[in-house]
Amino acid sequence: MPAETNDSTIRTSIKPQALALGFYASMKRLWRRISEPIIESCIRLSGLVVVIFVFLIFLFLLRDSLSLFRHYPLTQFLFGHKWLPISDPPQFGVIPLLFGSVLVTLWAVLICVPLGVGSAMFIAEVAPKAIKNVLKSFVEILAAIPSVVLGFLGIIWLGPVLRDTFHLSTGMCGLTGSLLLAFMALPTIISISEDALTGVPRTYREAAYGLGATRWQTLWRVILPSASSGIVAAVMLGIGRVVGETMVVLMVTGNAPAIPTSILQPLRTLTATIAGEMGETVGGSEHYYALFAVGLVLFVITFIINFVADLFLRRARK
Amino acid sequence: MRLSRQAILAAVTAAMFAGCGESIDPNEPQGFIQAKGSDTMVNAIQMVSEEFMKEYTHIFVAVTGGGSGVGIASLINKTCDVATASREMKPKEIEIANKHGVNPKEIVVAFDGVAVIVNKNNPVNKLTIEDLHNIFTAKATNWKQFGGRNLHIVTLSREVSSGTHLYFKEEVIQLGKKDSRDEFSNDTLLLTSSQAIVEEVAGNEEAIGYLGMGYLSDRTKALKIAKSGEAYPPTIDNVLQKTYPLSRGLYAYTNGEPEGIVKRFIDFTLSPTGQKQFIETGFVPVRTSPGEEDAQSSPGGTVAR
Repeated sequence: MPAETNDSTIRTSIKPQALALGFYASMKRLWRRISEPIIESCIRLSGLVVVIFVFLIFLFLLRDSLSLFRHYPLTQFLFGHKWLPISDPPQFGVIPLLFGSVLVTLWAVLICVPLGVGSAMFIAEVAPKAIKNVLKSFVEILAAIPSVVLGFLGIIWLGPVLRDTFHLSTGMCGLTGSLLLAFMALPTIISISEDALTGVPRTYREAAYGLGATRWQTLWRVILPSASSGIVAAVMLGIGRVVGETMVVLMVTGNAPAIPTSILQPLRTLTATIAGEMGETVGGSEHYYALFAVGLVLFVITFIINFVADLFLRRARK
Repeated sequence: MRLSRQAILAAVTAAMFAGCGESIDPNEPQGFIQAKGSDTMVNAIQMVSEEFMKEYTHIFVAVTGGGSGVGIASLINKTCDVATASREMKPKEIEIANKHGVNPKEIVVAFDGVAVIVNKNNPVNKLTIEDLHNIFTAKATNWKQFGGRNLHIVTLSREVSSGTHLYFKEEVIQLGKKDSRDEFSNDTLLLTSSQAIVEEVAGNEEAIGYLGMGYLSDRTKALKIAKSGEAYPPTIDNVLQKTYPLSRGLYAYTNGEPEGIVKRFIDFTLSPTGQKQFIETGFVPVRTSPGEEDAQSSPGGTVAR
């Protein structure tokens, strides 16, 4: 008896269920047909928005920088050796600032790339699992240190230490900035390189060991080259971080607008100039536009870095 | 316990209602004042505003630093009510202000000496303005020339947004001459705060820097400064008697004649309680009695230079 009733109830209830299912399926098909274009256009839009933003930022920078060159000759801006914004007449020579930025970045990269790629290799390939986890979380903590705190450490501790080690007249110099910037770029470089190294297929390793390669040979000649595109991307992102960093260099590099001949001298970077002077400028003044022009120079530099990184990545893929 | 909690609740509610009632009362001064500008003055103005808010509980005063230039720029951009400045507004700035429909009114709120500091181990005790000029324009680069050790001189300055920077530039770098083309030497370190100058001088025997008297402490040594004759240390008496050569006024600027709560704030700043805060932070009070005659004030747009 119970079985029969069960049967009948099932039989009767199947129909509406199937109907509902059929309806649901057709709706789903319909939705898929509509949703696909909607989602697609949403994604396309967000992609476009990024491009539009970059383009607008560029236009905005360009407009305000060009206002400077109505009063101030472009060649004097690009090749001028003196940055004297509040003198009468003012001089806006970007050369000392450009050299300052380039020098600090170059040294920071020299310091952080070998260190960063090296630790990524250790974390990804050599370290036992327990150490690996500890190291990875420490790298993450490193990334979370605010730049003001690092700048403060630079003034109080690192600057005086460097001054005494190298017998400098002041610890507020390019090297202090470079070291702190290298420290700030390390987490970016380590985590992205480490991802790239871990992403190398297991078969590569096995093939290398199978051919009788040692662990070092495998790491150096097989894994590192196969991960090279990711590592170059990591380095480029690190450089981007270093070039654009403001607070640390503003606090520790001394900001003297002389053309630096050595990393052990005080220097003034593009970013520190904008940050240090923007607050006092009146909207629409020559000084205000000059700072926008400095921003444009910075924008062009980062654009070139990204462009070069892209070229490298494409070459690596081939 | 429960009773007392209820009592507190009742009291708080009553206070809230009382507050509401008062804030509707048009006779009670209320509002928000934004005071912005000089880093030299920021501590003193902060203390003044705290005292002021104790007296006028319905007025809130926000005090920010950044440099005299920042304050003046934001007065022109109409983003602050009171601009504090450790220098006078430049004629060019007044011109720009007028163009923006702002009519700056100058009020002297205190006096200050710009102290020149060196490391405590530096044997040099006094310099002339001429010496300072030579040091900061890199015409002289060794402490030996001034009776010190055979050490390079590291010059420290504030950023260009600082009123003290501009004052020092006019009085020392250009020696008060308007047509002078002298500049701070390229190697001068431009630091973002007076505190950073204190830190560097305290730890560096080669360094020399300048800052408002309010930042003097026993971590650094203030030099005696001579214009032509005798050298004087930066003390309140010497600034008041104008014997210390690097003395200057500290100013507050408002858009037009101060009115309403801004006027109350300015009056309070010039009152004995307000002036006391300046003395406590190491500055020199204006001697005039508080109120109407704001010392040396002149109507906006025609500030005497």
